[in-house]
Amino acid sequence: MARQTHPQIVTANDLFEGDVIYLTASGDWSRDHGDAAVAHDGEEAERLLGIANAQPGRIVGAYLADVTIGPDGRPQPVHFREAFRTRGPSNYFHGKQAEA
Amino acid sequence: MYAYDDFDADFVRARVAEFREQVNRRIDGSLTEDEFKPLRLKNGLYLQLHAYMLRVAIPYGTLNSRQMRQLAMIAERWDKGYGHFTTRQNVQFNWPKLKDVPDILDALADVEMHAIQTSGNCIRNVTADHFAGAAADEIEDPRPTAELLRQWSTDHPEFQYLPRKFKIAITGSPNDRAVTKAHDIGLRMVRNEAGEPGYEVIVGGGLGRTPMIGKTVRDFLPKADLLPYLEAILRVYNLAGRRDNKYKARIKILVHETGTEEIRAMIEEAFAEQKALFQAPPADLVARIEAAFAPPDFDNTQSLAFDRAQADDPVFRSFVETNVTEHRNPAYGIVSVSLKPVGGTPGDATADQMRVLADLAERYGHDELRVSHEQNIILPHVRKADIPAVHAELKKAGLATANIGLISDIIACPGMDYCALATARSIPIAQEIATHFDALKLERDIGPMKIKISGCINACGHHHVGHIGILGLDKAGVENYQITLGGDSTETATIGERTGPGFAAEDLIPAIEAIVETYLDLRHTADETFLDAYRRLGARPFKDAIYHEHRDNARAA
Ligand code: SF4
Repeated sequence: MARQTHPQIVTANDLFEGDVIYLTASGDWSRDHGDAAVAHDGEEAERLLGIANAQPGRIVGAYLADVTIGPDGRPQPVHFREAFRTRGPSNYFHGKQAEA
Repeated sequence: MYAYDDFDADFVRARVAEFREQVNRRIDGSLTEDEFKPLRLKNGLYLQLHAYMLRVAIPYGTLNSRQMRQLAMIAERWDKGYGHFTTRQNVQFNWPKLKDVPDILDALADVEMHAIQTSGNCIRNVTADHFAGAAADEIEDPRPTAELLRQWSTDHPEFQYLPRKFKIAITGSPNDRAVTKAHDIGLRMVRNEAGEPGYEVIVGGGLGRTPMIGKTVRDFLPKADLLPYLEAILRVYNLAGRRDNKYKARIKILVHETGTEEIRAMIEEAFAEQKALFQAPPADLVARIEAAFAPPDFDNTQSLAFDRAQADDPVFRSFVETNVTEHRNPAYGIVSVSLKPVGGTPGDATADQMRVLADLAERYGHDELRVSHEQNIILPHVRKADIPAVHAELKKAGLATANIGLISDIIACPGMDYCALATARSIPIAQEIATHFDALKLERDIGPMKIKISGCINACGHHHVGHIGILGLDKAGVENYQITLGGDSTETATIGERTGPGFAAEDLIPAIEAIVETYLDLRHTADETFLDAYRRLGARPFKDAIYHEHRDNARAA
């Protein structure tokens, strides 16, 4: 397993809507990146991914994404791809950002 | 235009019903995602970065007003009110919900459309010159051939599981507007010395990770031999193409690794076998297809309205200069409608705009529309006398941008604003370039200039064949853009050369400006195009301009 340098969260796409979702501490899903449950070590990350993958009737393509912890204590994306996924496309004000 | 017969209609309906069943089974949990994914892809349904995306086939880019209106309806009812026209002459909807997709496919079937073979390792939607049947320089309309190929390739049992996807493009004009040399098979309609019609067959072109210009394997293939010959090519590829490595599985790699002579011999050998076994398509089918593409009833009434409008209205005059192309009938013009308003998303049209285009096609355009691989919409047959009225309507709809072929007529793939495979964004770069050069008011002075942008190595934005090509990359978690110069997508096709290290997004526009300034400084005359100047001068002065002036900004590639 690659050496983990950041805390991680689990993200996926919703099976029905297709939109980007995040696994929360209760094992449910939120559309808000800040609600994601944060794993601080590899073992916890695998445990969270296992919870996600046990819900194939609800989600597609779960994976672990690196985060940092913001001043408000909530996770923030590290990579720009994940930052875009929290908002939606940048060419129009639509997608997630318009519905927030 | 080709109309479905009962077989076509039943086939498409049956596929929708089958897919509806598959979606239901995915939703009720009887299919896993691993089982469902290949099934949805067979129906053009992808899961992208933020949502599902449905890719709808527009065969050889041709559609009528009824079909365009239906696309508008779908955009409004099941999506976010717009559609995205692509470099494959298709349309994509970016926000469908899984449960709605069977209804969308039914709505498409209502107007003889579908999403079959817009994904997967099969023969994809055949593309063609967007001026087909209208261009003054045309030898023959390529669409009957394209339609024959569509019927031949749709659900062809032998070619559903090729090593990789397979793309065929066809042009009927010596001036290649279909990028035939960058397709798996490119067909150019030609005549032999006896004046008989046939095809030059080009094999093994393609962009992506390993860009290549196709090789001519036949200078002249008689028309009657087309299907057995293509079967021979596909058979050779299906058997010998690499399946061990996805990146080496396209026919361009097979041609490259085997050598053109050897491939030609293999194809000819397979062709000899095929031809003996092959039954020609029934004559009545061929006649029916050809009749469907008979030229419309042209109205040759002369009028001075067109000339008068040009003399009176400089805005109209500049629209004509860039957006109207010579038609084979002198009383007509081909109107290219730009989907590249300055600062807009290349290729996007709102539902309202689609309806305006449908109305214009119906009222002034013999009910025909085309999608160009450059992500614009074409009204192929407009009486010159009606072009001023068409222009006025386009203006009201925000569709009158007079920039076809100029620096803001940029191809940009969806990039990381939509695409799950992207390594960087494309659309904002296109928006910035267009806005920047609009502010400089240099666009017309620069003249013909093709900028093409891809958000990853897959090159859907054709960056390798852009005069200026831009490839978005991810350099250690930051968007970075690599420039290529001197690419050409026409009959003189060339792959552009990399200039060197890429640029951060904020340094890219100054680099593009430095390239353009160098061209303006060094061109012989205002008539020497950027591409001609680049071919004369080579890369050096351009590299010097972007790396000397901006050396500190260039990031290590
Ligand atoms: S070039 Fe890459 S980013 Fe652009 S549409 Fe194709 S796969 Fe997506």
